[in-house]
Amino acid sequence: MTDPIAATEADTREVLVFTLGGEEYAVDILKVQEIRGYSNITRIANVPAFIKGVTNLRGAIVPIVDLRVKFALAEADYTAHTVVIVLNIGERIVGMVVDSVSDVTSLSSDQIRPAPEFGAQVDTAYLQGLASLEDRMLILIDADAMMTSREMALVDSIESETA
Amino acid sequence: MDGSDFYDTFFEEATELLEEMERLLVELDTSAPDLEALNAIFRAAHSIKGGAGTFGFDALQNTTHRMENLLDLARRGEVWLDRSAVDRLLEAGDVLKGQVEAYREGGVPDAEAARRVCDVLERIANDKQGTPADGPSDDVSPDAAAEVRCDDSRRLSITITGIKDGEADLLAEELALFGTVADRRSPRTDALALSLTTTAADDDIIAVLCFIVDADQIVIETAGERPPAPMLRVTVRDVDVATQNSLCAELATLGDVGAPRVDGEAWTVDLTSDLAIADVVAVLGFEADVTRVTVESVAPADSVDRANDKQAGDVATGSSDAASDEASTGTPPATAPPARTSGAKDSGGSDSTSIRVPTDKIDHIINLVGELVITQSMLDRAAGDLERERGEALLAGLSQLAHNARDLQEAVMSMRMVPMDFAFNRFPRLIRDLGAKLGKRVNLQTLGGATELDKGLIERIMDPMTHLVRNSLDHGIEDAATRLAAGKPEAGQLTLSARHEGGNIVIEIADDGAGLSRERILAKARSSGLSIADDMPDSEVWQLIFAPGFSTADAVSDVSGRGVGMDVVKRNITRLGGHVDLRSSPGVGTTVRVILPLTLAIMDGMAVRAGGEVFILPLGAILESMRVAPSDVRTVAADGHVIEVRGEYLRLIELHRVFDIPDAQTELDRGIVVVVTSESRRFALFVDELLGQQQVVVKNLETHFRKVAGVSAATILGDGSVALILDATALARTTAMTRPAPLSPSRATTTHETLESPVHD
Repeated sequence: MTDPIAATEADTREVLVFTLGGEEYAVDILKVQEIRGYSNITRIANVPAFIKGVTNLRGAIVPIVDLRVKFALAEADYTAHTVVIVLNIGERIVGMVVDSVSDVTSLSSDQIRPAPEFGAQVDTAYLQGLASLEDRMLILIDADAMMTSREMALVDSIESETA
Repeated sequence: MDGSDFYDTFFEEATELLEEMERLLVELDTSAPDLEALNAIFRAAHSIKGGAGTFGFDALQNTTHRMENLLDLARRGEVWLDRSAVDRLLEAGDVLKGQVEAYREGGVPDAEAARRVCDVLERIANDKQGTPADGPSDDVSPDAAAEVRCDDSRRLSITITGIKDGEADLLAEELALFGTVADRRSPRTDALALSLTTTAADDDIIAVLCFIVDADQIVIETAGERPPAPMLRVTVRDVDVATQNSLCAELATLGDVGAPRVDGEAWTVDLTSDLAIADVVAVLGFEADVTRVTVESVAPADSVDRANDKQAGDVATGSSDAASDEASTGTPPATAPPARTSGAKDSGGSDSTSIRVPTDKIDHIINLVGELVITQSMLDRAAGDLERERGEALLAGLSQLAHNARDLQEAVMSMRMVPMDFAFNRFPRLIRDLGAKLGKRVNLQTLGGATELDKGLIERIMDPMTHLVRNSLDHGIEDAATRLAAGKPEAGQLTLSARHEGGNIVIEIADDGAGLSRERILAKARSSGLSIADDMPDSEVWQLIFAPGFSTADAVSDVSGRGVGMDVVKRNITRLGGHVDLRSSPGVGTTVRVILPLTLAIMDGMAVRAGGEVFILPLGAILESMRVAPSDVRTVAADGHVIEVRGEYLRLIELHRVFDIPDAQTELDRGIVVVVTSESRRFALFVDELLGQQQVVVKNLETHFRKVAGVSAATILGDGSVALILDATALARTTAMTRPAPLSPSRATTTHETLESPVHD
């Protein structure tokens, strides 16, 4: 879940900024393992369309989700420039496809405001807040909460256990 | 290595020793105990005690000490272990396990349990020690001994030598004033040894004893080693002079060494030492071949006659064979039974030839080797484009690399393999206890205990196996009266067996009980709302008891069926990549067969292609492959499509439909059909083509993702891409009724696609 207290207590934090459908999002840099291209994905049948499949990340079989598909943004095409942000979620690794990665920046706690109930493509339950950076607005994503949520279907839940 | 590593090693060793002890105790024939077994049990207790002392685990040390005392008396034939005594020892073993567990978790062991078990052991030691030949110990009151506390007061071993006639009893009486005297022995006619549990200081005790003897005649030791230093006779055959000298030097570090004697090829020396025989043998093993070494405890010359008298006494009073066995080892060393040294060799020898490695280190190596194999096959693939002449040296090197990588992989995998005995050895105790509880006599037979299986699998197969064994005892094997009435032997027979079959291990749990009741199961299935036909073959009827929720029915168990949790058993086994089947005939018995892959980490597979996607089909599941014509396909109203293969109709499953693969071959005669077997069901799997056989490293999909229907795991192909490993069992089942449960509602419409006609027109 979102942890606004921890977010405000930390003086400054580094975030990776990426874009999705014209909005700028940010994720804690400590969650990011690496950024890589989109290639060699093995499709998995009978899963939601935003789960593109799995790939081999140095011997680990890692799922790739396309946030563009998940949040029904502009047509998702896959080119040599398609970017995958590889995240560490607890013990797990997951890759997410985004439109582009822009930069790494520092945010101080007074730049971060609580997220309103609406406004972003992403459910507010997965947001840690909004940050203003000069004339930009960054939407801070709680990667853990989002990737382990049931709607992401990345983690086994009791209901989804197969016979 | 820091201290905690030593702790871990101790805990692991202690656990193993306790298991070994338990196994030996259960196997012990109480009417004629095997001296070798008694020695081994004693050694186990002794080793644990030693380790516990080193690490300061006092409760563990105290309890094992009591156990050791009793076992020592037993192996010397002074105490006869009857069935109830063995039961108490087994309980003591359980308490010890609890203590080890408590220490392992950094807690404090249950003092009450320890005290209880110490009292019990003490009581047995004293109660059973009442034969006339043991004269001097008669005056030790069992009641007094029972009051002994393990934890508060100190336990001392006191040895007094050079005493005169009549002084022994006097000394014992004096000592009894300080606390509780137990374990009184006279190792020599002029010596008294006993253990004293007291709160008094050593000086106070010596001060009192000095009224009778001199201070230098008294040796007081805190509990630990056994009080009297027994004399051991070491005999080594075929040994040269240089080795004799080094043996002498080694022995001198262990205790007082007498003058060596040479008699023919045997070299004999007496050693006065507290050490256990096994320890002495282990030390000698550094210098000489242990098979040539005989070590035995001997009575000093002037008391040999007494020992012989005692032997006669024991036999006369109908005591155990152990007594006579024991006494016979007191006769000349040349005729000493070789069994004793061979047993000692086991404990001494294994230490020097094995090394304890944490399994996660091995797993790490296995992962690395897996990566190496993948890299090697990527290189292979890249080199495939090379021109033959130019790349000859490189290709030769690559082929060598492939060979080496495969050998390395096999060698590493074998490190994880352990014999099935690891699993089987836990059952004698279970059967003993459960049999006693249920009032049934059951003989256990194990076959193929040397069959090797991945350690991880063995650990995970224990629970399902335990469950199946319990079920056999509880519901399968009838009580004695019913058995006799049915013309069967009174004692039930339970057979556990293991064998390799192809790339699998087959474990069978067979009983000669009442068997399953077909009618009962069918009736129960109907009342649970399962759709079933009366003419269902037996094999399918038996599968019903594995259905979730079905098995808890008492309706089954009150006649002959199985109890709870068969669905859990099946699920656990399926999760390991194995399957269960069951054969049963009324009145004759039931056999449950568990078939498991040898290892979880590596699998022989067949790469198959459908459209642009590659899957791995476990090789063990493939029976044959063939091309079929569309005309070979028959439509069966209830069950979709079947093809006839050698007179048998097999359900046709098209891979591209199950996994919704675009651009796959749909014309039956352009692709290929693979006959797949799973859980004794067969089906025909239609794919575009077979790409070839290869060994794959199994990667868990759930590590970073989740379970995928129809897929057991994933692997990495030579080009670095991921391929899914098909789960034949799940394929057979899911397509029989519905498609794999879709995660996305948008795909739910495809649910019955597999049942549609694969061939149009």
